[in-house]
Amino acid sequence: MTTIAEKTEKLARGETSARTEVEAALNAAKKLNDELNAFLEIDRGGALKRADLIDEKTKAGETRALPGLNGIPIAIKDNICVRGMQTSCGSRILGPYKPPYNATAIDRLLDAGAVIIGKTNCDEFAMGSSNENSAFGPVKNPWDTSRVPGGSSGGSAAAVAAGIVPVALGSDTGGSVRQPASLCGVIGVKPTYGRVSRYGLVAFGSSLDQIGVFAQTAVDAATVLQVIAGRDTHDATTADVPVSDYLSESKRDIAGLRIGVSRTLLGEGLDTEVRAAIEKAIDAYRALGAQIVDVELPHAKYAIAVYYIIATAEASSNLARYDGVRYGFRAEEAPALREMYRKTRDEGFGAEVKRRIMLGTYVLSAGYYDAYYLKAQQVRTLIKNDFATAFANCDAVLTPTAPGPAFRFGEKVDDPLAMYLNDIYTVTANLAGIPGISVPCGLSTEGLPIGVQLLGPYWSEGLLFRLAHAYQQAHPLNAQAKVHA
Amino acid sequence: MPISESDIEKIAQLAHLEITDDERRMFAPQMAEIVTYVEQLNEIDTAAIEPALGGLTPEGERTEASRADEVQPSLGQAVALEQAPDPASGHFRVPKVLS
Repeated sequence: MTTIAEKTEKLARGETSARTEVEAALNAAKKLNDELNAFLEIDRGGALKRADLIDEKTKAGETRALPGLNGIPIAIKDNICVRGMQTSCGSRILGPYKPPYNATAIDRLLDAGAVIIGKTNCDEFAMGSSNENSAFGPVKNPWDTSRVPGGSSGGSAAAVAAGIVPVALGSDTGGSVRQPASLCGVIGVKPTYGRVSRYGLVAFGSSLDQIGVFAQTAVDAATVLQVIAGRDTHDATTADVPVSDYLSESKRDIAGLRIGVSRTLLGEGLDTEVRAAIEKAIDAYRALGAQIVDVELPHAKYAIAVYYIIATAEASSNLARYDGVRYGFRAEEAPALREMYRKTRDEGFGAEVKRRIMLGTYVLSAGYYDAYYLKAQQVRTLIKNDFATAFANCDAVLTPTAPGPAFRFGEKVDDPLAMYLNDIYTVTANLAGIPGISVPCGLSTEGLPIGVQLLGPYWSEGLLFRLAHAYQQAHPLNAQAKVHA
Repeated sequence: MPISESDIEKIAQLAHLEITDDERRMFAPQMAEIVTYVEQLNEIDTAAIEPALGGLTPEGERTEASRADEVQPSLGQAVALEQAPDPASGHFRVPKVLS
């Protein structure tokens, strides 16, 4: 498979053009959208114009100095602001809202020469694990269109899995990049909290949200994260920590690295085929020279409970801004302000978003704050401490990404708690603020992808790319989605 | 903890949400189940545990977040009002506040 770095070199040598690459992506996006519903907006005009501009500059020799994404088509989850394109967050309440500014991550992609071809479908306000909560219909899994692509960044995962774009951006609050990456058979990385600016990412759970990257390969994900990572004065939670050279780090040997495995996490509730695939991945790492050590994360079993208190509390506060006053949808025929708020939010939000706003309102309401929110923040400290203890004995922790492969549409839609339990392996990273990556590690007997997750200490993205790349080199998936460009 | 349909109505009021009868009937048992699930945290003695301040890393906590107090360019009135559902004379117009 051609990497981004190889493609940009070809482009610089005149062996391909930005127009060729971008037009192919646009055509595939359009052709496959009836089947996949991965894109909510495809910007053919804007993308081709930009591609031509890049080709002109390349011909004139003006782009040699540009870093790594020159002429590379990319898809963006529809909760990240791109000027001139819609940002609906998969919700009726924003609908065709067009933000007047770019997210910092978008500015950095554009500065690096990337071409945005469209905005991808997602669960409403990134709340969901199956994409069934999008107001604009669910994305279908390219490996089996009767199954979910995972969520909430299902459109971005499907666009990469179907070969429409080599890379895409998503956001990960409790697993929304890694879980769909696992279900769609691609790489998905959630960086350390504070690694990528959240400016221009529509807020869901502000202490958990991070922008993440989807790609076919770890090296391509490394190339994109390299561009978007780093301190931004527009986001006070970005940290003043140097961004290392992910691409060269990803190619280093992994012999001697210690990988921690918690046997408890491979127990109850895990699909047998996923367990077998994870055991094989562990053996594969051992064969590559890594040392496997036992670790325990005693509070991981409480992570879903902690997460659904903190995430809903933060969401109930963040989503208070959608009131039909300054932008987006407003309900008609409301005689007074309060009724207008209530009708707008009733008609604008879907059931899952309402459920979470209400849960968050409940756990923050007078008399309950200490019992729920404070308690959850205390257990969050214990989860952070668990990882600190684990990383004293290993370089990374290996777990499944999701408890099972892609499930069928409708299978869990009436049982919110069962749906939440999909995030059991991913939410701990958001609670602790550490980075994580999902790597395709095999197919089920039904031909559905399975992902292995690697979690590392703060700022260890380079190490995670290194572990992912070593695995992909030794054990490429050697299969592609049924629906493919 | 049991959550009644009238609890749901009260929470919905606090959250500025209008809830239909069907939603009330659906949400009450679902929220009760979720709240019961999260109450498993009560198994853990956290009396001596400091609450986390979010996802911040130690390096993030040390990062100087304030900037110089200088005027920066902003969107301006025209752009800010461009997507308002009901703009009027440079303002956001809303239905009457007192009913």
